[in-house]
Amino acid sequence: MPILWLLLIVLAIAAAGYILGRSRAIASADSQGIKLHSLPNYYGMNVALKTIVPAFLFVVVWLIGQPFYVNSVVSGLIPESEIAEGSSRSLVLSEVRRAAEGLSLAVEKGVITEEIARNGRADFTNITERLREAGAIVTSQITQPIMRAAQEFRILNATGNLLMSIVAIFIAFFGAGWAWRETRARFRARNVVEQGIGALLIAAASIAILTTIGIVASLVFNTIEFFQLYPMADFFFGTEWAPSFTGRGGASELGILPLLWGTLYISIVALAVAVPIGLFAAIYLAEYASPRVRAIAKPMLEVLAGIPTIVYGLFALLTVGPLLVDVFGSGGYLGVDWQGGGRAVMTAGLVMGIMLIPFVSSLSDDIINAVPQAMRDGSYGLGATKSETVKQVILPAALPGIAGAILLAASRAIGETMIVVLGAGAAGRLSLNPFEAMTTITAKIVSQLTGDSDFASPEALVAFALGMTLFVITLGLNILALYIVRKYREQYE
Amino acid sequence: MADTTLTTDVTKTSSSLLVADERTKKRHRSEARFKAYGIGAILIGIFFLVTLAFSIVRNGIPAFTNAVVAIDFTLTQEQFDAAEGELFKTAAYEAYFNEALTNTLNEKGLDVEIDPDAIERILGKTGGTLREHYQANPQDLGQPVSFELAASSRVDGYFKGRVTRENMVDSRFLMTTDLDIVDAMRDAEVVKSVFNWNFITGADSGVDNPGGAGIGASVIGSFFMMLVVLFLSLPIGVAASIYLEEFAPKNFWTDMIEVNIANLAAVPSIVFGILGLAVFIQFMHLPQSAPLVGGLVLTLMTLPTIIIATRASLKSVPPSIRDAALGVGASKMQTVFHHVLPLAAPGILTGTIIGLAQALGETAPLLLIGMVGFVARGYPDGLISGFSDPNSAMPAQIYTWAARADVGFYEKAWGGIIILLIFLLAMNILAIILRRRFERRW
Repeated sequence: MPILWLLLIVLAIAAAGYILGRSRAIASADSQGIKLHSLPNYYGMNVALKTIVPAFLFVVVWLIGQPFYVNSVVSGLIPESEIAEGSSRSLVLSEVRRAAEGLSLAVEKGVITEEIARNGRADFTNITERLREAGAIVTSQITQPIMRAAQEFRILNATGNLLMSIVAIFIAFFGAGWAWRETRARFRARNVVEQGIGALLIAAASIAILTTIGIVASLVFNTIEFFQLYPMADFFFGTEWAPSFTGRGGASELGILPLLWGTLYISIVALAVAVPIGLFAAIYLAEYASPRVRAIAKPMLEVLAGIPTIVYGLFALLTVGPLLVDVFGSGGYLGVDWQGGGRAVMTAGLVMGIMLIPFVSSLSDDIINAVPQAMRDGSYGLGATKSETVKQVILPAALPGIAGAILLAASRAIGETMIVVLGAGAAGRLSLNPFEAMTTITAKIVSQLTGDSDFASPEALVAFALGMTLFVITLGLNILALYIVRKYREQYE
Repeated sequence: MADTTLTTDVTKTSSSLLVADERTKKRHRSEARFKAYGIGAILIGIFFLVTLAFSIVRNGIPAFTNAVVAIDFTLTQEQFDAAEGELFKTAAYEAYFNEALTNTLNEKGLDVEIDPDAIERILGKTGGTLREHYQANPQDLGQPVSFELAASSRVDGYFKGRVTRENMVDSRFLMTTDLDIVDAMRDAEVVKSVFNWNFITGADSGVDNPGGAGIGASVIGSFFMMLVVLFLSLPIGVAASIYLEEFAPKNFWTDMIEVNIANLAAVPSIVFGILGLAVFIQFMHLPQSAPLVGGLVLTLMTLPTIIIATRASLKSVPPSIRDAALGVGASKMQTVFHHVLPLAAPGILTGTIIGLAQALGETAPLLLIGMVGFVARGYPDGLISGFSDPNSAMPAQIYTWAARADVGFYEKAWGGIIILLIFLLAMNILAIILRRRFERRW
């Protein structure tokens, strides 16, 4: 991994620069017989910062820019004739990339020479077989234009990486040298360093924005690509979910409605479990429980929130599912034949509800505790019992907050993945029976993208459209929750 | 308690505070009911927790033991030479072993027909193991050596009660008739249960060998991922919090950052997986299934947690500390880095550990960046390949086992959960200890 070495080299230059800069400042002060403007360490840090920051910035920009450049050059090498019916340019490009990786692998294993990898012609050498022999993944016969593009791809990337390393090390040396030269006793090193650190702090804080941009961009671009291959109306209003993995294009039915229904149904079941239990637990903990009971019960409930979702998923698949079949399945204790298999809406919903109990209870607990004591005292003074106070004074006052908490819980339920992947089933279905297996948006994102590194078919790209839908729904719920809390909150100051 | 006639009497004439009337009693009943609902809710919650813990422990503990057949076996020099002279060397060793087994069983008064194929189904290829041992240790020839041979996963399941005569189907892995030999071995007390170290230190096995599967390699994968998360999210998170808490002016950009952090904390984890897939793998072409990529994705997920904890901890440092530092001439930056940050460090550390614990259990994003489906058959070769070579991670490994068809893997999945929860518990306890030890109340 040459990048790691590059980073280490730059860090080493910076460390050397730190020591040199520091000693140069001290020497300068001694020779001029004046005091340093800043503490000696700041002079060293000045050099180190000016070594590292520009070099790293350059590497990051280069790493982002290089794929763009390489793709556009290589894309120009592929003639229209190479793009088969029903295929797309990006599909051919990923084939080129695989071929290039295969070439590198084959050279590494000694199956072909570097010379062939650079200039060999696909129509003269049986390159496809040789790559397969080296263990590379090659899906179709490599034709000459693809071979040519793959060679160009490989060479461009190798040159690019080499160039990047050289320039980055040069920049590091240049920065160090420049900072070293400006190191004098009168140089205001502390001010410069503090400005630099301030800028780094802002940059760190801006990563949050970059992440959001990254999420939105990766969803939007792939979704647009998906809608070019698959009609938007069929996606949003289709009632059939039947992706095919063999045929490309029109063979698949990719309607979101069954998935949306499954997601909502499971979330409703989960909330039906979590909201009453969580709310009553919160009321009891806040209003009735003695400090000792509270000190024990509250952390115990919160343990449920700290358990990873994979554990709940396994619990749904292997414990709750079979249990429900024993009760509701054929030959079960109830003698009804409602549930066919362990995976069902009920299984996933129930377990998800358990997961959400602490979420609802601790949020509601905070909100109930925020209602001022004077309101309780007023109610008791009029002769109300505790439960009447809770029902008629505290809950109305806490209602916006509790509604917000429930919406947040709903957003969690909709975005939950592992429980539904393991507990809910795989078939998209529009049905009212909660004991039937259904599937959700998140479960289908996983199944459409797992094990697939090639995102050119509508069957894989649909996952991004699903992700977009999921992102918009959860974002909407979160914003709505915030809005309700802000708009209807009673101020008791 | 007043009886009914009396009560009606009282309501007729005048009510008394000392005697509860119908309405008061009704109100008190509803009060008691309401309180019972609350207690019920808490009890249901605790019941779920106990059920979960119980099913984890009950199903997971068997993964830590496996059945072995312990046989005292003596091979003489002549037998050794004879076996090495044969064409099928391991078959010759197997014959010696079967003879020894028959003798052992006969000594205990059990008369069982030993079929070599059945032994192979029960114990695997015994001959190879024996031959390797004697070739490595020729001094053991002629002396009794106690061999412990691991039983196949189905026989193991038979001892643990997972496989029974009723539910098993004859297959090339195990026949019902083999169980007669297994029963005889049990009656002869040559079978014992030992701690399964391979489960803790070993790597994943193929889909048809649940007995050999171990979680060790994926623990290493998780470890490398956590290293990436720690070294990226701690500095970035602390820097971002310092900026927002100590320096940020009230402007549009700051508001944007605040909204974004609040928002990222609520984005479903699977969306982070999509981000990782699209940006790190599809766009930047980082290696699939690599702990590096998993670490990067989890870093982005952990950042909001760390930022929220760090900001709370910075906020709790009283302003008088800052005022004092500024008063003796420190710059704003020196105040923060020399005085505020060290005082906030315990809180930051606690928040970081809790953030790491969350990241350790996160599964959904790992599914998308290819950590599932990859069979982690070995440990990484070195430090760099630990980051960049495909590996699994603990939760991903558990998911892989849960998704396999062979029931034997379910036990491993539960066992994996026990290991995962032990790590999480240790991290949380560490966080609590740090908080108790270093937390300062102002």
